[in-house]
Amino acid sequence: MAEAVGTAIGTRVGQDSLANSVRDAIIAGLIAFLLFVVILGLKTENAQEKLILIPRIGYAVTIAVVVAVGRLLLDVFVWRARASRAAAKPLLTTRSILWLLAISWAIGAYFFIVPGAREALATSASDLFGADEWRTRTRIAVDLFGYAFMGVFIVATAMVLMLVLRRTLAGIGIGTRDETQGVLSELSTQLAPALLAIALVLPFLVVGPQQRYAIDTAIQVLTYIMLGWGLNVVVGLAGLLDLGYVAFYAVGAYSFALISTTFGWSFWVCLPLAGMFAAAWGIMLGFPVLRLRGDYLAIVTLAFGEIIRIVLLNWYSLTNGPNGISRIPRVSFFGLSFDRNAEPSFYSVFGLEYDNIYRIVFMYYVILFLALLVNFVTNRLRRLPIGRAWEALREDEIACRSLGINTVITKLSAFAIGAMFGGFAGSFFATRQGFISPESFTFHESALVLAIVVLGGLGSQLGIVIAAVALIGSSEFFRDLEEYRMLIFGGSMVAIMIWKPRGLVSSRTPSVALKERKVISAELVKEGHG
Amino acid sequence: MSAETAPILQVDHLTMRFGGLIAINDLSFSARRKQITAIIGPNGAGKTTVFNCITGFYKPTEGMITLTHPGGEEYLLERLEDYEIASTAHIARTFQNIRLFSGMTVLENLLVAQHRVLNQASFFSLAGILGLGRYRKAEAEAIDFASYWLERMNLIDRADDAAGDLPYGAQRRLEIARAMCTKPVLLCLDEPAAGLNPRESAELNDTLRWVRDEHGLSILLIEHDMGVVMGISDHIVVLDYGSKISDGAPEFVRNDPAVIAAYLGVAEEAVEEVEAEVQL
Repeated sequence: MAEAVGTAIGTRVGQDSLANSVRDAIIAGLIAFLLFVVILGLKTENAQEKLILIPRIGYAVTIAVVVAVGRLLLDVFVWRARASRAAAKPLLTTRSILWLLAISWAIGAYFFIVPGAREALATSASDLFGADEWRTRTRIAVDLFGYAFMGVFIVATAMVLMLVLRRTLAGIGIGTRDETQGVLSELSTQLAPALLAIALVLPFLVVGPQQRYAIDTAIQVLTYIMLGWGLNVVVGLAGLLDLGYVAFYAVGAYSFALISTTFGWSFWVCLPLAGMFAAAWGIMLGFPVLRLRGDYLAIVTLAFGEIIRIVLLNWYSLTNGPNGISRIPRVSFFGLSFDRNAEPSFYSVFGLEYDNIYRIVFMYYVILFLALLVNFVTNRLRRLPIGRAWEALREDEIACRSLGINTVITKLSAFAIGAMFGGFAGSFFATRQGFISPESFTFHESALVLAIVVLGGLGSQLGIVIAAVALIGSSEFFRDLEEYRMLIFGGSMVAIMIWKPRGLVSSRTPSVALKERKVISAELVKEGHG
Repeated sequence: MSAETAPILQVDHLTMRFGGLIAINDLSFSARRKQITAIIGPNGAGKTTVFNCITGFYKPTEGMITLTHPGGEEYLLERLEDYEIASTAHIARTFQNIRLFSGMTVLENLLVAQHRVLNQASFFSLAGILGLGRYRKAEAEAIDFASYWLERMNLIDRADDAAGDLPYGAQRRLEIARAMCTKPVLLCLDEPAAGLNPRESAELNDTLRWVRDEHGLSILLIEHDMGVVMGISDHIVVLDYGSKISDGAPEFVRNDPAVIAAYLGVAEEAVEEVEAEVQL
């Protein structure tokens, strides 16, 4: 009886609020239209020395529709879900997720599978608005919506899997939240080996015309993973905010380029030398900033990054200025060149047809090896006194000094090791490109690497991998969208900062344990301030 | 003077000025070996400043601070860097507002305290990166040593928890354990009983007495809790407005009129007397 009443009330409330939601969405759309009709709906243009007004009502209509639909979706799937969760009646149940899944998949599939659907829509849009430019606009909009639906599809699938997992776990008796989380963290420890396995066979997963592009992208991602791991030593472990990390990348690249073009030494000789040069510059930067903390440190390191770039740009006799250094020797297969005309070459020794893909696959394994080396060394260092001193420095510098830790040496070693890893990555960059110029080492790179470290979660090696794949990979993936991909980039960053303010993997794994290794939650781990 | 009561720490004419403010004014006292010396005084008397001068966080404006090790080596503390005072002169300290490495586990906190020994064992991390056995052995020893102090401080069950997760009293105990892991000859405790309940501060008294008797440690203590101070101190130095107003055994200090005046104020007549003197 009581249940029936409850259902009746639930239905009525449901209908009411659905009607309310629609009305609310329409009002929001109208307001948006009124706001934007002046701002975007009218355009002034100089034509024959007089100002003419071009009406662009389409823009305002589009925005109004987006606002209305967005508000309706938010209302139905977020606000009402929240309200009903408060009333212990979840709206975002398995069924609603499945519906969402089906709808998003259907719409996504319609545009992706049905050939010409996009074009048809584009044509009808250009007919409707009477301007040819609407054709391109509609294409972009459809693509954006397509990707959005794809995102929803992926997230919804993941959510269903999670639900099924939870149910299953609850079914076999480990249903409490803590234990479920324990199992989940268990799963996440399996993630690293799984990713490594994928990385090892990746060049053979993609075949056909896309292979070269896929491996190139993977090399790009791995370079940034390596840079992220290097910066993680400085920012994540030692808690020293470095905005000029690209300086060490540049020093590594230029050291490698100059040494290898001047002396003609091989990659494996130049690589450690370039790393050492970068480390030396890390120490040189470290000295003046030892006393600085927080924002001041960030500003000075930022300036240092710019100084390096400007010196590279102007020291013409050494660096060839803005023209850069070209003809940097390519990586060789243990002395065997990948060049077409070299003798003996990789191809003649192994009896293969000339194909550039061999070189690219080899480069992929070189950067994979370097990245894994960096990861191995960092993980070892974390368990060593110096690594613990870095983390202690991040937690409390004064307490460190009271325990007899020389904070000067500790900070400098963090800068040096982080810079050395950056130098390795720079060397690889130089040999991969065969040409470097100061243009490759702008502040944008520093910001990108820092974003990877911050989004991944300060101090987390695995988080950095996920963040690098997401940021670099997605910006490659969305390449067709041109400038709109910065929108996606920014949006995803905002989203992560809202849901995971301390990064994707924010918890800390202790370096040593007496009985069992318990994960430390992010609230307790400090971010460092100097 | 027997070795038992020879001074371990000698402070001579210590003065600390911050601009125009004289935080410590010509302070001289000594702390004796295997004794608990308490520094007390009203708020703002300069107690923590004295600590900061001894442990190197401040460079004194004037004066000399001498630490004498049991072996007879002398260290002039005002000339050492703060980290050298901990690593070379072997003075350990705790802080008034607890300073733990809150995101690291209890065990890790104690291993950071043994940084110097471990760092040498790992050849400044080079041997450690290669995974040589020498470092592994040193680390096992360091963990054993840490376990000893964890057991003693009743923290062994929480060794793998984050230090920031511990309740307040346990954090105080952990800070002392961490200081002890540096193997100090002089332990400086800045208000160790602050925020503890009566049972916890009684336990603290026992622990400090045990450390003094069992490990022959000399302790310098700042404390407001008179129960702790009078209960365990062998010697008390009283500061007021940066100057020493009394110095001696607890019984003597307790009855010293200057101390009573500083803590409780003076009688009405005394004020009038002074006012008459300065012709107010």
